[in-house]
Amino acid sequence: MSNVANQVMWNRLISIVEEQAQALVRTAFSTSVREAGDLSAGVYNADGLMLAQAVTGTPGHVNAMADAVAHFIRRIGRDNLCEGDVYITNDPWEGTGHLHDITVVTPSFHNGNHVGFFACTAHVVDIGGRGFGADAASVYEEGIYIPIMKFADRGTVDQTLIHMLRGNVREPDQLVGDLYALATCNEIGQRRLAEMLDEFALVDLNGIGAFILENSRRATLEKIAGLPQASADGGMTIDGFDVPIDLRVKLTIEKDRMICDFAGTSGLDKKGINVPLVYTKAYACYALKCAVAPEIPNNAASLAPFEVTAPVNSIVNAVHPAPVALRHIIGHMIPDTVYDALDKILPATVPAEGAGCLCNFQVSLRPAPGQDGARSEVLAFNSGGAGARPTVDGLNATAFPSGVMTMPIEATEHTGPVIIWRKELRPDSGGAGQYRGGLGQFMEVGATKGYEFDFSAMFDRVDHPARGRRGGESGGPTTISRDDGAAMQGKGKQFVPDGARVILGLPGGAGYGDAAARDPDLIKRDLARGYISAQSAMDDYGLSEQTVAAILDAVAKGETA
Amino acid sequence: MQHNIRLGVDIGGTFTDVVLEVGAAQFSTKVLTTYAAPEDAIIDGMHQVCAKAGIAPGAISQIIHGTTLATNALIERRGAKTALITTEGFRDVIEMRTESRFEQYDLNLQLPEPLLPRQHRFTLSERMDAQGNVLIPLDRADVEALADQIAPMGFESIAVGLIHAYLNDAHEQVIRDVFAQKLPDVMVSISSEVSPQMREYERFNTTVANAYIKPLMKSYLGRLKGRLAEEGAGCPIFLMHSGGGIISLESAAEFPVRLVESGPAGGAVFAANIAARYDLNKVLSFDMGGTTAKICLIKDQTPKTARVFEVARTYRFKKGSGMPISIPVIDMVEIGAGGGSLAHVDAMRQIRVGPESAGSEPGPACYGRGGARPAVTDADLTLGKLDPDNFAGGSIQLHADASATALSELGAPLDMDALTAAHGLAEVVDENMANAARVHAVENGEDLADYTMIAFGGAAPLHAGRLCEKLGVQRLLVPTGAGVGSAIGFLRAPFSFEATRSVYMKLSDFAPKTVKTLLSDMETEATGFVRTCDADADIHAEYKVYMRYTGQGWEIPISLTRAQAMAPDVATFQSLFEADYTALFGRTVAGMDIEITVWAVNATTDAAQADALAEVSTESRVQANAKRSLFDPALSKIVDAAVIARADLAQGATIPGPALITEDETTIVVPSSRQATARVDGTIDINEVKA
Repeated sequence: MSNVANQVMWNRLISIVEEQAQALVRTAFSTSVREAGDLSAGVYNADGLMLAQAVTGTPGHVNAMADAVAHFIRRIGRDNLCEGDVYITNDPWEGTGHLHDITVVTPSFHNGNHVGFFACTAHVVDIGGRGFGADAASVYEEGIYIPIMKFADRGTVDQTLIHMLRGNVREPDQLVGDLYALATCNEIGQRRLAEMLDEFALVDLNGIGAFILENSRRATLEKIAGLPQASADGGMTIDGFDVPIDLRVKLTIEKDRMICDFAGTSGLDKKGINVPLVYTKAYACYALKCAVAPEIPNNAASLAPFEVTAPVNSIVNAVHPAPVALRHIIGHMIPDTVYDALDKILPATVPAEGAGCLCNFQVSLRPAPGQDGARSEVLAFNSGGAGARPTVDGLNATAFPSGVMTMPIEATEHTGPVIIWRKELRPDSGGAGQYRGGLGQFMEVGATKGYEFDFSAMFDRVDHPARGRRGGESGGPTTISRDDGAAMQGKGKQFVPDGARVILGLPGGAGYGDAAARDPDLIKRDLARGYISAQSAMDDYGLSEQTVAAILDAVAKGETA
Repeated sequence: MQHNIRLGVDIGGTFTDVVLEVGAAQFSTKVLTTYAAPEDAIIDGMHQVCAKAGIAPGAISQIIHGTTLATNALIERRGAKTALITTEGFRDVIEMRTESRFEQYDLNLQLPEPLLPRQHRFTLSERMDAQGNVLIPLDRADVEALADQIAPMGFESIAVGLIHAYLNDAHEQVIRDVFAQKLPDVMVSISSEVSPQMREYERFNTTVANAYIKPLMKSYLGRLKGRLAEEGAGCPIFLMHSGGGIISLESAAEFPVRLVESGPAGGAVFAANIAARYDLNKVLSFDMGGTTAKICLIKDQTPKTARVFEVARTYRFKKGSGMPISIPVIDMVEIGAGGGSLAHVDAMRQIRVGPESAGSEPGPACYGRGGARPAVTDADLTLGKLDPDNFAGGSIQLHADASATALSELGAPLDMDALTAAHGLAEVVDENMANAARVHAVENGEDLADYTMIAFGGAAPLHAGRLCEKLGVQRLLVPTGAGVGSAIGFLRAPFSFEATRSVYMKLSDFAPKTVKTLLSDMETEATGFVRTCDADADIHAEYKVYMRYTGQGWEIPISLTRAQAMAPDVATFQSLFEADYTALFGRTVAGMDIEITVWAVNATTDAAQADALAEVSTESRVQANAKRSLFDPALSKIVDAAVIARADLAQGATIPGPALITEDETTIVVPSSRQATARVDGTIDINEVKA
């Protein structure tokens, strides 16, 4: 094949997996998939090496799913792959880190020959067990486990599996609908692949696969070779469930690889915030790729030079049967930990610490005693502020490192009797600095009259807010309480009676550089917009009382700053 | 046609295209767009075409206008001083967007600023629930107090967007009433009218966009009407809207956000009319200009429509980097691929093309105006598709050596010579467009193999042949008048208005009487509106319901016949949904309830009748005298192509590929795999030659 044809086919494969991802969004039932895009889709060669991954998706899935297909090949057996088969699992260690992620793999055939695989992953709202939350003491309590098995055998869906699943989850229609959506999106990918193979008169993906992997490997190695060969330590302490957790990493850059070793990190937690290594790898690798090779697409070769190790049964290398449902909390903190080390080798490259983990919660609603109504499960993804960058402010209420979106509250309120009373920016939560940290947000969550609920909290940074870099200040910490004054915890399932609301202050990102060096125009803009209060303008940024009064007066008159 | 003298006007970024039709005769001109007072170019163009036709402006019976002014005002942030009034607790919806990054690997990513800064967004205590019931009533006194508070702030326009207002507009109406009394000079746009659809970010943003451009557009349209009348053209003026129909000047001034992308919509209508002339039910329209290419599916001679699109993308045309506008639109994909799109080699040693464009200054390297980087036009020149001495009718001399130098530099890291680099560049841009077309087809459940392509716009004829090869499209039509296609399209568009309602109904609770009443009311509303535009034309209604499995977030549109709409029956609705779902996604989902979320009735006059097309009586092979070397990408080699002027092709003349059919504005490339025939109407009809 000519170089030009190979270039065309590489683009085509990326376009095919994007179609695959879009088909999943269009047909999915869980709001986590259809509104928030908590999913991933990719195409693999016959050996299970990932060749292309959809741009739509989130890093924890993207990089973790790269390894998944090899497990399917091993478990199903190369000789048992049949046309029309669809395989499934939610194994946290062989999939993407917790039971709530369903991975579906479809072997792809062309003219009777097995040529590769399509795989996709999506986060479902409920998988049974204790429900999505940190409260389980082992993976057995976290929901029903689906080992790697056939969802469809030569085109026929396994009805026994469907019955078992329906009987074990709170939202059976949603789950089964999502399984069909996952299978459908792989089929769409497969149709397009067959067309491409016909058009280019190919019998398999070997040639184009080798071209993609070789070019990606070379490009990634060139990037790494351009870095200083050095080693540095990084660390961060976060809330954990009951006891704080130390994350420690030693980052080493060699001429042809980058290694993250998490030795020294805390051991397993008793609750479900432990992380399978595959998910730790995903986020460590994502952090490094963003910083050193952002434009190289994800595939087996471009991911290979990033190596991640951690001691067995440290919290970032939890093995079966550790509880792992909320593995994302610590997983999302991995990039800030890695950047603490990378900043010592590549200054002025990485951001200050941010909110880190998504600020998610799940609400299990039921009628209050003596009331009628249906139960329902509502999941919400929300973001705090991102860390300030070396030359720009942090992003307000925007996910980093996660790639998911929030759900529209109007869509969320259609899934159950939940009411989101407030969702807006949280002034003064961005750490002060020459570049300000991104703002977190305020939320208030209640239910329709006559309903009570369990609120499963999944927050960190209550006691350990994001730390600034180069003199920047910390971001605002997470706050959580009830409107009736009752205290609440950052993690765990907590009862909320009929009529009460949960009041949340989601954390801000930290600042970068000394606040005294901030552009005065940006300080005035922030005050005019209400990103910072008058008090903060004076205390943190040194504005005089007169200046503050003049700005607020101009705002009241409608003058545009 | 009853209105036999009509003027079509398209204001584009560079040119204002004016087309006058007097009966069957057509007169057109292109004048430079006059940004300060866009009506000046229209007046100038109108006088030019009237002079050509030998008529006075007073003889024009109808003017149809489309414009990028609304789009540009949003892109360039040149709107009015605008405030947003929203539900307490939701001040920042338009700023927080989806809380995600549209480019995940850029650590220094910047998100686009919202149209309104935070200090111009105000809240009121009130709340509807997800069923449209009042949770917190709105106190009129609060609204009056807010009106008093913001009165001295000098807003020209106000957007009102309340949570769940698409289900219950009562509170938005109260706010509008209070402002009409207290601040009668301030324009008010409410979300339940502008865009009554679920998802607060999209709805609020659309409402804010409407409010933001309303003073500007209202003033422009008022001036235009006055100026045209002064110049003697006192006839009714209508506007092309994004959905491909025509609305009155008054309603365009009220809902100017509906004018966004009206120019490309006109292009799609143009292609739909050609499709009707050739009786084609499956058409892919391909419009490629200097900076972007637009692709649209036209089924049954009607362009596909959608309910949301994105305007003002800020980051390499990347999805998510603009702002969502949810209004009825002609569903198009627009990508940064045009004649001026520039190429570079990235870290993976891949050639990348666009969306960065050389524009007209300095232009592609071959313009010889200092452009050093290779553009698509440079590749087209090097591959032999263009004649350096006859570009733009000979008005611009192209420099082949400058193209070769730029392309050699591009190819150097890839060990490619200039010709191979040109081949690579052209293939990449063609592949980008083909991918966009494929994705678009898939999203609509279509297979392009049995489609016909209709190509227009300056660069399209150079690339359409290769695109057809890539997409497996067997037939390609290049109509005449392609340079002013959008303006011609305006004259072919029907009067139309779409009434929509968000009413949730599960098929398990299907209420035939309610459905019939709902659809009848909407039909009355939509038809009444169209009647105000045209007092006596036939008006017919199209009925659509948006359906999904209960629990899904995205609907698919299901078309109903009038009989199905007026005698609604649950079994019919279910079977229609299941058939369309299967066509799109392969299989239905067993055992799930199905629901309807949005109802739409589109009332429309008939689209312009296509002129009857006489069959070519005899086809005769023509012999071209001139030859030129042309690189054929499908064969990966240089071939000897015949060169013939389009004007020299008589009706029925047939020429096999490889061939180049030249005209002033462009060149039609006929690949080796195809042959071209000139049709009665001047269209060049290019078909695959079966081996």
